[in-house]
Parts: sequence; C-alpha cells; structure tokens
Amino acid sequence: MSALAHVFENAGLATVGISIVRGQAERSRPPRMLHCEFPLGRPLGIPGDAVFQHRVLAAAFDLLTRVDLPVLVDFPETIVDDADTPLSCVLPPRHNADIPAALDEFIGLRPAWNRRLASSGQTSVVRFAGPENLHAAIASFVKIADGEDWQHAGLSVGELSQAAADIRAYYEEVALELTGHTPLARQSESWLYRATAMGLLLRRAQAALKAANAPREAWFRLVPTAQPPAPSA
Amino acid sequence: MGSDVTVRAGVNDIDAFDFATTTATIAPVLSSARVAIVTTAGLRADGVGTWSDGQGFVTLDAQARNLVLAHASVNFDRVGLMADINVAYPVDRLAELAERGTIGSVATNHLSFMGAQPDHNLTTLRLDTGPAAAKQLLDDGVDVVLLTPV
Repeated sequence: MSALAHVFENAGLATVGISIVRGQAERSRPPRMLHCEFPLGRPLGIPGDAVFQHRVLAAAFDLLTRVDLPVLVDFPETIVDDADTPLSCVLPPRHNADIPAALDEFIGLRPAWNRRLASSGQTSVVRFAGPENLHAAIASFVKIADGEDWQHAGLSVGELSQAAADIRAYYEEVALELTGHTPLARQSESWLYRATAMGLLLRRAQAALKAANAPREAWFRLVPTAQPPAPSA
Repeated sequence: MGSDVTVRAGVNDIDAFDFATTTATIAPVLSSARVAIVTTAGLRADGVGTWSDGQGFVTLDAQARNLVLAHASVNFDRVGLMADINVAYPVDRLAELAERGTIGSVATNHLSFMGAQPDHNLTTLRLDTGPAAAKQLLDDGVDVVLLTPV
C-alpha cells in the first residue's frame, strides 16, 4: 500500500494512508500515514461504529495539512484481537452418523446460513457456487486427513485453498446469524478452528498435507497461521 | 495476547522497495477535495472470490455495496468486514463526510488492489498498474486518495 502512495503522489494525487503494520510504513516512508494498532482486517477499528470510524478518518485527513513530511502518526487508541476467546456458538447435534462429522455439522448449519443470506442479501461463499457444491470438497478433506494420497483426493492445489476459503466464509456467516451480533476480532475464526468438527478436519488435513510433503500452496491457506496445529493422532 | 501479534511479527520486517525519497503532492483544502478510496483489501464487485489480477486493480462503483473479499491471505479477521464493509472500505463514511461538507465530493469509482504480493519490489505496480490507476483517478477529477489496507 505504501508503494501506491509513492506512485500516486508522483502522479499528482495527495494521499493519506492507514497503516496496520508499522514496520512496513516506517521503511517505505510514504508521505502521510496514520498507524492504527487495530485487529488485522479492521483498519478502521470497530465494525458498525460509525462514530469511531469517523474519528479515525478525521485523524487521517488531519495529516493532509502537515508540511513536515513524511509523517507517521499513531492513532491514540489501540484494539487487540480476541482469538484466545473463541465465540460461544451452539452447534447442531449429530444427525446422520453415516457421514463424516464435519459434513454432518456443515449440513446441520445450513438453515442458519440460509437465514443469514436472506437477511443480508449477500454471501462470500462464492468460489464453489454455493454450499451444496462444497459437500464433495469436504469429503476430499476427510480423505486427505485420513491419510489417502492427496493427489487423488479430488481437489487440485488451488481448489484446496478455495474450498477452505468458502468453508470459512460459510461458518463465519453462520456465526453472524447465530450470535446476532458482530463477534470481536478473530473470535469466529477461533470458534471454527478450535470448537467445530470442521475446524478439526481442516487442521488434520493441513497436517496430513505437510506430512506428505505437499507443496506449500496446497496447505498454507487451510488454517490461519496463529491457530493451533491439529492434535496428535 | 491475540493472533495478530504473531502475524505482525512475521510481516513487520518484510523487505520493501526503497523509494529513496518521499515525493508529496500538496493537498487541496479538504472541503473542496474530491476523494477516492484505494484499498488493498482485494475487494471485488463481480462476485468472484479469487484474485487473479496480480498487482493489477479492479474498479468499484462508489454505489456498490455487494462486494466479495477475494484477498488470498487467511491471516486477518474477515467477519468484521462481512458485518460492516466500512471497517476496511469506508465508503458510507465518505458519503457522510461529503453530505456534511467536510470533503468536497466522493469519486465516481474507488479502486481495489490486493496487498501481500509475493514480489516485494512491486515492479508491475510501480511501473504499470499504479500509474494507470492514478490516471483513472485523475480523469475522474480526484485529488485526494485515502489508502486502506485490510
């Protein structure tokens, strides 16, 4: 982002940026940056809080009057993520013991996802054209986690990441519906990866891919870096 | 402690292209400025959930709200943006600032890049897509750009 500031300024545009990784802004030296020590993914701080967001914007636009450039100013408030306190969210009881637990859970959460889609009118579950098309992908993750050759499990390297992205979006949209409020940063992520059958499956699949020396692109995006590894079998 | 401490520690010292000097354009008075958002959140308005544009950009109609987060990284909170897109792409806040007269006007279109590019020299962005984006903004009469990450 800092590189864009340099390019735009050279072209005759005045820029002001919001920084979320201070070291990068320090080294790149764009002319005007407001560093916000907020959760990654929330550079304006608090979703749904227009007053707070306007305070951040006011602090950023204030930098346009500075002449002692480059300036890198810290917003006076900080917010930390809550990954260590996973969301408390009721999961459906086991319904069909003949299918893998993660798939059973995924299907059981579908009514909540449908309600979310109906109320919001939008979804990020778009890579596999809808939740029903993820059932086969989940079955592939089960095969991989259980030790089958990942190259014959039904998903290409790219599809592994895309399926994981859609599954995460599905669970986070479900979390918004079930809780009725916006979770604190990373709470829903930690709920998915630490408290659900699906999260355990993705962690086990990632561990199996690493153990099989699959390329990094195949496993890197299945689970966020700071989430715990799968428990030992 | 939170997860972001771990992630920030991993990216804080990543190499960045050295621009050597900082060039700055003098900003107009904010109340007369035409403002655009340029985000590196990898937002898309075409319903596609993957980013195949490398260091390129997509154009977002300033009225569009049904956007998809196509950023490849898994290492940031996503649910905040699902609940309120303004937390990374403050499009409604800019409209409010224009209504109040705090800024002069909002651009017709905003632009979306994807950050976390593997080529830290950002050659294509510096020499090709970045200047093309600047021209597009200038052609719309923009004089101030708000840069937002994710």
